[in-house]
Amino acid sequence: MLQQFFTISFITGFLASTLRMASPILITALGEMVNERAGIMNLGIEGIMILGAFTGFVVAFETGNPFLGFICGGIAGAILGLLMGVVSVRYQANQIVAGLGIWILCQGLGSLLNRHVFGLSATRPEIHTITPVAIPFLSRIPIIGDTLFNQNIIVYLAFLLVPFFAFFFTRSIWGLNIDAVGEQPRAADAAGLNISKIRISTSVFGGMMAGLGGAYMPLALYGIYTDDLSTGLGWMAIAVVVFGKWKPWGLLGGALIFGAANALQFRLQAMNFPLPYQFLLMIPFIVTLIIVIFFVRGDSGPSYLTIPYSRSEN
Amino acid sequence: MTNPQNLNIQTKINRIPQIKMSKWFSTILIILFAFLLGGILIYLIGANPFLAYGALLQAAFGDMNGIAETMVKACPLMLAGLGIAIAYRAKFWNIGAEGQIYAGGIASAIAGIYFTAVPGIILLPITLLAGLLGGAILGFIPGILKARYKVNEVITTIMINYVMIQLTAYLVTGPMRDSSSGITISPQLSKAAWLPTVIPKTRFHLGIILAILAAFIVSWLVYKTVLGYQIRAVGERARTARFAGIPVERTIVLTMIISGSLAGLAGAVEVSGVQHRLVEAFSPGYGFLSIAVALLANLEPIGVIISSILFAALLNGADAMQRAAAVPIPVIYVIEGVVIIFIALRVLHKEKD
Repeated sequence: MLQQFFTISFITGFLASTLRMASPILITALGEMVNERAGIMNLGIEGIMILGAFTGFVVAFETGNPFLGFICGGIAGAILGLLMGVVSVRYQANQIVAGLGIWILCQGLGSLLNRHVFGLSATRPEIHTITPVAIPFLSRIPIIGDTLFNQNIIVYLAFLLVPFFAFFFTRSIWGLNIDAVGEQPRAADAAGLNISKIRISTSVFGGMMAGLGGAYMPLALYGIYTDDLSTGLGWMAIAVVVFGKWKPWGLLGGALIFGAANALQFRLQAMNFPLPYQFLLMIPFIVTLIIVIFFVRGDSGPSYLTIPYSRSEN
Repeated sequence: MTNPQNLNIQTKINRIPQIKMSKWFSTILIILFAFLLGGILIYLIGANPFLAYGALLQAAFGDMNGIAETMVKACPLMLAGLGIAIAYRAKFWNIGAEGQIYAGGIASAIAGIYFTAVPGIILLPITLLAGLLGGAILGFIPGILKARYKVNEVITTIMINYVMIQLTAYLVTGPMRDSSSGITISPQLSKAAWLPTVIPKTRFHLGIILAILAAFIVSWLVYKTVLGYQIRAVGERARTARFAGIPVERTIVLTMIISGSLAGLAGAVEVSGVQHRLVEAFSPGYGFLSIAVALLANLEPIGVIISSILFAALLNGADAMQRAAAVPIPVIYVIEGVVIIFIALRVLHKEKD
């Protein structure tokens, strides 16, 4: 049994699968990070991922174009992000309750629309997942080449977003403005920033990223859609944001750990590991618990996370 | 410092569209609006909303059996909803009622199936107590993690949910499986561990009376005891409560033990009063629905009785709605989500702590 783990093919397969599984978590977590740094916590992203996945799948199924599916999944997510933004900025709603509402609403909508569009037939419609793109030369490096440089395009983009956001938040005026709104809204307001506009924009962006992260699952990973496709990836993304301390590189580390936990579970299932499969399914959740309990303590997040801004209050 | 003119500009800019109305009136409006949106959705998917809602009402309240079935479903919702209400009073965002229900179900099933040496008359109380204890332990864990280490309770409670659902699936396919049955279920609980039926020829069991009683006890706890006062103080202004000498951490842990116990009891009454055995996925999302139940009741324990019956009617009528008007069951989750979003508008943010 044990030697099975140390074969080259197991290790490279596991690494490749880790990157593939980490991508939707990373995309969603980066969007949530931007949103939270402006002061809005969207707990509905698990639900938004579900609707993004469904929208993406339906569009790809009807048009045969997975990239159109991605775009539509992102748009669906952006609309839900707008809902969250308006509810929490314009109406100063309790963000935790609103996020839970969006989660449950999306779960219901996803499963309702799934039955409406595809019915309850036993045969599930399938689509072709996005084909991997091998990067010339690099993909031929022994062992790691095929793992790192023979992925689908979305994986590359997801990982490129990490240095992009690291730059965005330290060097660009937009990034600094977003941080100002999340850390010192009163000062930001006095400096002439439009708090509401920035917060609603980041909320739309966060929703869009969750929609894209959701669309990734049927379009790049599974090729099918089921009601329980997401199985907690959105919640893991929220944990990743806290684990990564709201920093892009930290998020990358977190996403890789969760990606690895999910990849390990699939690998072990595939090789008939002698443990009941229910325990294998628990692995990602237990890893999340352990990480949250031992590495994510205290609140070091943006000062005004979940606090609505109002000029009339002190 | 601010001259009146300046103030005037400020209030103009900051005006939040808010309509002052009583909580009761706004609750009724929220329900009506959610059903209206649900109706539009039903229409959009090509079904008749009047037929659908008619079938729903008929099934939920049409005859004695319908009412009994609605109450059977209201029972776990009521208990878990009380648990959520008390946790949210302390601003502890417990999303873990579903997992706590499963823990209660597992613990009560173990007691009811394997404690055969226990004399019959005390087996039922022990079964219920086991469920309560199972839920209490699961409530204690996120409570102590939050109180002592500031670990985010939303994430811990949700992750524990997934683990408990898988654990239940494992138990009924493995160690607790009834080998004589073709499907993956546990053996039946001893008859002495069953909650007795109150209304003959229906499934209306004693647990429903217990749940209503629990609502009054929780109401007393929240409004008439020191702990209840502390819970409310911690929820409203944690920092002020700390300055006033209230042990905030202890209050949070106690709140979550009570919250988990109530959800655990919900699992126990479902196993001992309805299923009579441990079944995989025996809760159709009671733990998640109970969040809407508690919020719709404005976290008022007595209000939870009414809102749990409302959501139970939805759940009970959903089957009939699907049969009569071909409306898929998940439409009730859409209505639930809409209700929660509207309630979020009402739960205005109070203070940064």
